[in-house]
Amino acid sequence: MTMQGDHDRMLLVDHEKKLFKVSRRSFTDQDILDAERARIFARCWLYLGHVSELPKPNDFLTRDVAGRPILFNRDGKGELHAFFNTCPHRGAQVCRERSGRAKSFQCFYHGWTFTPEGKLRSWPGEEDYPKDFNADGSVDLVAAPRFEEYRGFCFICFDRDAPGLADYLGAAKEYIDVICDQSEAGMTVVGGTQDYSIRANWKLLTENSIDGYHAATTHATYFAYLQNTTGGLAKMGVAGVGRDLGNGHGVVEYTAPWGRPVAQWIPAWGEDGKREIQAIYDNLVARYGSEKADRIAGKNRNLFIFPNLIINDIMAITVRTYFPSTPDLMQVNAWAIAPSEENEWARKYRLSNFLEFLGPGGFATPDDVEALEQCQRGFMNRLEAPWQDISKGMGKPVAKTDDEEQMRAFWTQWNDRLFPDSPTARVSHREAAE
Amino acid sequence: MDGISRIEVEDFLFWEAELLDDWRLKDWLALFTDDAHYYVPSTDLPPGASPDTNLFYIADDRFRLGERVERLMKKSAHAEFPRSKTRHLISNVRIRERREDGLEVGAAFATYRSKGETTDVYVGSILYRIVPQDGALRIQEKRCQLDMNGLKPQGRISIIL
Repeated sequence: MTMQGDHDRMLLVDHEKKLFKVSRRSFTDQDILDAERARIFARCWLYLGHVSELPKPNDFLTRDVAGRPILFNRDGKGELHAFFNTCPHRGAQVCRERSGRAKSFQCFYHGWTFTPEGKLRSWPGEEDYPKDFNADGSVDLVAAPRFEEYRGFCFICFDRDAPGLADYLGAAKEYIDVICDQSEAGMTVVGGTQDYSIRANWKLLTENSIDGYHAATTHATYFAYLQNTTGGLAKMGVAGVGRDLGNGHGVVEYTAPWGRPVAQWIPAWGEDGKREIQAIYDNLVARYGSEKADRIAGKNRNLFIFPNLIINDIMAITVRTYFPSTPDLMQVNAWAIAPSEENEWARKYRLSNFLEFLGPGGFATPDDVEALEQCQRGFMNRLEAPWQDISKGMGKPVAKTDDEEQMRAFWTQWNDRLFPDSPTARVSHREAAE
Repeated sequence: MDGISRIEVEDFLFWEAELLDDWRLKDWLALFTDDAHYYVPSTDLPPGASPDTNLFYIADDRFRLGERVERLMKKSAHAEFPRSKTRHLISNVRIRERREDGLEVGAAFATYRSKGETTDVYVGSILYRIVPQDGALRIQEKRCQLDMNGLKPQGRISIIL
């Protein structure tokens, strides 16, 4: 499917009428998912994990990335590695634990043993193999073709010829920097993974994670809850901008009335909390001056890295990645990250803030999950009701938080990668938004 | 707390389950003390992990638990509209420790949730701290440790376990 005929176009973009439509088949068809696996998940940089998850030499964890079981580890010298978790001999996973510390990995099937650098160290019956067996390294663990890190976020890529990670992230780096700059000692993943699935197409979570338009209705009960907390909300509304960051990445950056552990106080945190927040804010001003400090402290960011990484710096910070199993089922992993030096008070309130809104037991995410599953169900009508509308705020010089500019950035890149022979004309550029 | 039998505790927990299954959530909330907590830790955490330093699914104090009930009773709690049907099965109830101020009770649970065309099951253990108050039993802490490795395919804990 390299060419799209008029009958099977995935995007309809009309600049004159300012309409942007996406075919609902993109959420339901197996051939679309097959093309996404080949042209997006096999080509793009994909988030693997954070350096803080492997704090010590020989730490390891196992995790699926785009359906591939990956072993992510540090060797004895502290170097990071990413291997395909499969024995070069007969295929079994060489590591079956979720995380731990190990100086070697032994495949239990026939006993082949590998170093943390992935080298075959020993194998029973060595005498039955030629003397130069593995002289070429062909029965060492296979490493991910590309592995790179940006400010603690580790990515892998299955395409040897892909551009480097820094080029790939492009303008999104600025936002990762703003998030990471709140910490002097480096960000850390806080213990505990929120691990869940949603019976919906993976792209629905991309849209939802950077959607400022749905909050008022989908999350009415969350805002009602905030009003009920002691003293209510900070005195500001949800207002800001949405941006296309290029390469399919997008962001919304805005003020919001909820408390932020870095660093926006709300009455529910009391006078002690006020002092804590003031100290965090003063430290930011001392390090960066008040303009950047105000951005770090007072602005929220929902940052999307194409194709499936979300870093939302909101009432807490969540890192979320998700992969399709089938067109109508995705697997989600979500973590909390925080400045590693933050004190007990800030950590406690951060986690409490996180759970109020975020995750499968929060006051908001379950309603998002319901919305996505309802969309997927609605797509059963795709033959007779074939189009999604993603037109909100199209053609404005500066899009608002509750416009859909950042979603159009995603869909345009998605379409260009899947159908390189019929690229979508760019609707707007980041430069145009500035 | 010497006089309370396991059967009395079981009756109390069966009553709790019935209130949840009947969506009598305000009556259910009245079973909790004013300083109560309700926890559902993430599934990759060790037993006893603290919600102050680890990411849970749910870590409610009494105020937030009350707000959870408020929310669930609204039509705009979209995840539970129309309301799902649930069945809370409680088994293997055992008084693990009798203290001066209360009981530590362990139980196994399987909770079925049906909504639309799907039925999901949540399975795990519960650790209760139960205290006497005005001649009745009250829950001071309820900690649900899921046995699944993640919420797959449940996707959410929009009901109370």
